[in-house]
Amino acid sequence: MTSRRHKTLLAGAAITASLSLALSGCGSGSGSDSAEGNNIISVNNGEPQNPLIPTSTNEVNGGKVIDALFAGLVSYEPDGSTKNEVAKSIKSKDSKTFHITLKKGWKFTNGEKVTAHSFVDAWNYGALASNAQLAANFFSPIKGYEDVNPSGKGKKPTAKKMSGLKVQDDYHFTVTLSSPQSDFPMRLGYSAFFPLPQKAYKDMKAFGNHPIGDGPYKLDGKDAWQHNKQISVVKNDQYDGNREPKNEGIDFRIYTNIDAAYADVQDGALDLVDMIPESALKTFKDNSSTKAYSKPGSVFQSFTIPGRLKHFSGKEGRLRRQAISMAINRKQITKAIFQGTRTPATDFTAPPLEGYSKNLKGADVLKYQPAKAKKLWKKANQISKWTGQFKLGYNSDDPHKQWVDAVSHQLTNTLGIKASGAPVATFSQFRSEITSRKIDHPFRSGWQGDYPSIGNYLVALYSSGAADGNGSNDGDYKNKAFDQKVKEAASAKTPEQGIKDYQAAEEILLKDLPAIPLWYENVSGASTKTLKHVQFDWKNVPVYYNITKS
Amino acid sequence: MLRYTLRRLLQMIPVLIGATLLIYIMVFALPGDPVQALFGQRAPNPNVVAQIRANYHLDKPFLVQYLYFLKGLATGDFGMTFSGQPVLDIIARVFPTTIKLAFIAVVFEMVLGIFVGVIAGIRKGKIFDSTVLMLSLVVIAIPTFVLGFIGQFVFGLQLSWLPATARDASLYSLLMPGMVLGGVSLAYVIRLTRTSVVENLTADHVRTARAKGLSGVRVTTFHVLRNSLVPVVTFLGADLGTLMGGAIVTENIFSVDGVGHTLYDAIIRQEGTTVVSIVTLLVIVYIFANLAVDLLYAVLDPRIRYA
Repeated sequence: MTSRRHKTLLAGAAITASLSLALSGCGSGSGSDSAEGNNIISVNNGEPQNPLIPTSTNEVNGGKVIDALFAGLVSYEPDGSTKNEVAKSIKSKDSKTFHITLKKGWKFTNGEKVTAHSFVDAWNYGALASNAQLAANFFSPIKGYEDVNPSGKGKKPTAKKMSGLKVQDDYHFTVTLSSPQSDFPMRLGYSAFFPLPQKAYKDMKAFGNHPIGDGPYKLDGKDAWQHNKQISVVKNDQYDGNREPKNEGIDFRIYTNIDAAYADVQDGALDLVDMIPESALKTFKDNSSTKAYSKPGSVFQSFTIPGRLKHFSGKEGRLRRQAISMAINRKQITKAIFQGTRTPATDFTAPPLEGYSKNLKGADVLKYQPAKAKKLWKKANQISKWTGQFKLGYNSDDPHKQWVDAVSHQLTNTLGIKASGAPVATFSQFRSEITSRKIDHPFRSGWQGDYPSIGNYLVALYSSGAADGNGSNDGDYKNKAFDQKVKEAASAKTPEQGIKDYQAAEEILLKDLPAIPLWYENVSGASTKTLKHVQFDWKNVPVYYNITKS
Repeated sequence: MLRYTLRRLLQMIPVLIGATLLIYIMVFALPGDPVQALFGQRAPNPNVVAQIRANYHLDKPFLVQYLYFLKGLATGDFGMTFSGQPVLDIIARVFPTTIKLAFIAVVFEMVLGIFVGVIAGIRKGKIFDSTVLMLSLVVIAIPTFVLGFIGQFVFGLQLSWLPATARDASLYSLLMPGMVLGGVSLAYVIRLTRTSVVENLTADHVRTARAKGLSGVRVTTFHVLRNSLVPVVTFLGADLGTLMGGAIVTENIFSVDGVGHTLYDAIIRQEGTTVVSIVTLLVIVYIFANLAVDLLYAVLDPRIRYA
């Protein structure tokens, strides 16, 4: 070895090394997970889209964590029934003014008491437009919402607080709504309605990174949220509510994709995964190294055919929609493409919910009847002859292509028309085209309830009040009879009567089909063999507090 | 040498400004509305949308937004993501991981590639050479994601030799993704080294060395190899830059929290600040890698001198 050759090789190495040093700064990623507690359950999650503030969390990755950290006035049992949690009682004579009494002794983990102000201030914060909270719309039924979040372009809020919220004393407050809503108490377990400690308002940004709650779990120390890596929560010993944790804590491990999470469950490096990657749908139930879970879930999937489209208005439109619905063989698609992890739709809600039904009047329009479909399509052609192509819009950054192609094939074969998928690259582009009403063909749609009420599936999507950009009625469907029925349901004297009214409203939808119901997404998951008491709730989320490890 | 380096560094400035402006224009031109997408399937609240736009200067004309971005850069503020994280934190988090990954890949390519390439070159046309040729062609033909999934399934799940995913970004768990990442380039390095060695074996200076009576080993390692490395180093330098930004597929398969998938997510979310910041850094990495390669030439080949 000559010294010169030595220099050559070293120079190369030195430059590469100095390069990587210069670039990495002095980032030594903390590469070790904290020591595994015996009863800490590790579960998959994605990085929350927003800061962990209840009123700005509107998607599931943040929602799972927020639900573990906070307790609201009511909580949901796994089956979707409502139980008082911080509330002692919620009383109303007219479903318009609610008298809410709190239990004493609830505390946030920083020692602050949970009082009427904890709720009222948090709701006012969430509703005020200038705070830019994504869940602001949830407060719109409350009287005075218009003053803090006015509708109409460029209007500024004229008040900071909603007039409908009044604090009597530390443990009593009243909520007055603009119009009766019999299911309002049921909504109060949704994360937007959680309380905040006074400390939050001092620095909301810091709070969003390190929330302080009153729920079954609390963040595990200062670095509990390691972005894009994991969020660790541990049992909150002061908590004395309906969701008493049977484990010591939950590690929400953040994965870039579900395939990797499923691989880790098979490998024993992760305890539970609450979704199954497409590649494993066929095999996951028979995998010997894991336990598999599957049951009907609360995601409703459909495609919307706006009435403004050519050939889809009035009587002709109704005939064509019914024909299209009958031309789709839902059973075949859920079996062949989704390996039985979807359930064919029989209504506009979802199986886990009170009021879901398999035998509504007119539900046979959702059954595969090719002969009848052809007949109806012909009938529509007599009104005005079909021209052009049937396109079905979707976003190709999620796995929709397969089923869209399958539906298109079935329409082509049954109705003898040209049908095909119309993908756009990203969800964001897809939603923009829909909300701006630029999209000129039918498009995929879907819904998952925020709180366990079928009203949440119907009013938000098909009522006139939610049309024209004021809500999620993207097809701008308007039907007075339907509006009347959901209004009756909202002001019904008993929940049972409300459900009857909602189902009557659904029967109207089955005639008009503003959206064509397709199927409900099942909850599918897998865990290591050591987990016990794994159960999925009405919202397709594992009931974390009940899980134990042996 | 020093003047040359300085000149190259000064040339970086217009390149950087041009690159950031171009990327900014592209992100700006993407269809769709990032703020509305934050609401998912739900109806966006127009007041909240307007407020968020104002918070991120998205309501301003394009050039004003760009100037805001440059102003931030000058003060070391890379802006915020939609989830309220400083972009600088994200960069500090993901770059070290990807550097580790790229480093493993490059070392793997360099060591194995040059070693196998030299042997193949010396034994031109023999059985070893033809086998390597075949194998490297096969590897070049296999897409990275196939290689990744096979590696994950066989060595991670079936044999349990290595972790199936690299969530914790430890060197050990990054071994497999690193090798997968380096796999395709490895084949190129082998081919390049081999061709280069074959050429140099018949060069004049090698004949002279042999005539002087130097041992075969010395001739190959020192006289042949040194000159043969010029094209290989060029390739490795360029590859380092590519690996930094182009590891999207591999990072996704192994759930590595690195530059590639962060960039991909940011593009999907249309987070202009994140995209531009990361790409700017990647451009800097690229420029430095190229500069390092050019300077290495002079070390490797005495005939090259920089005035």
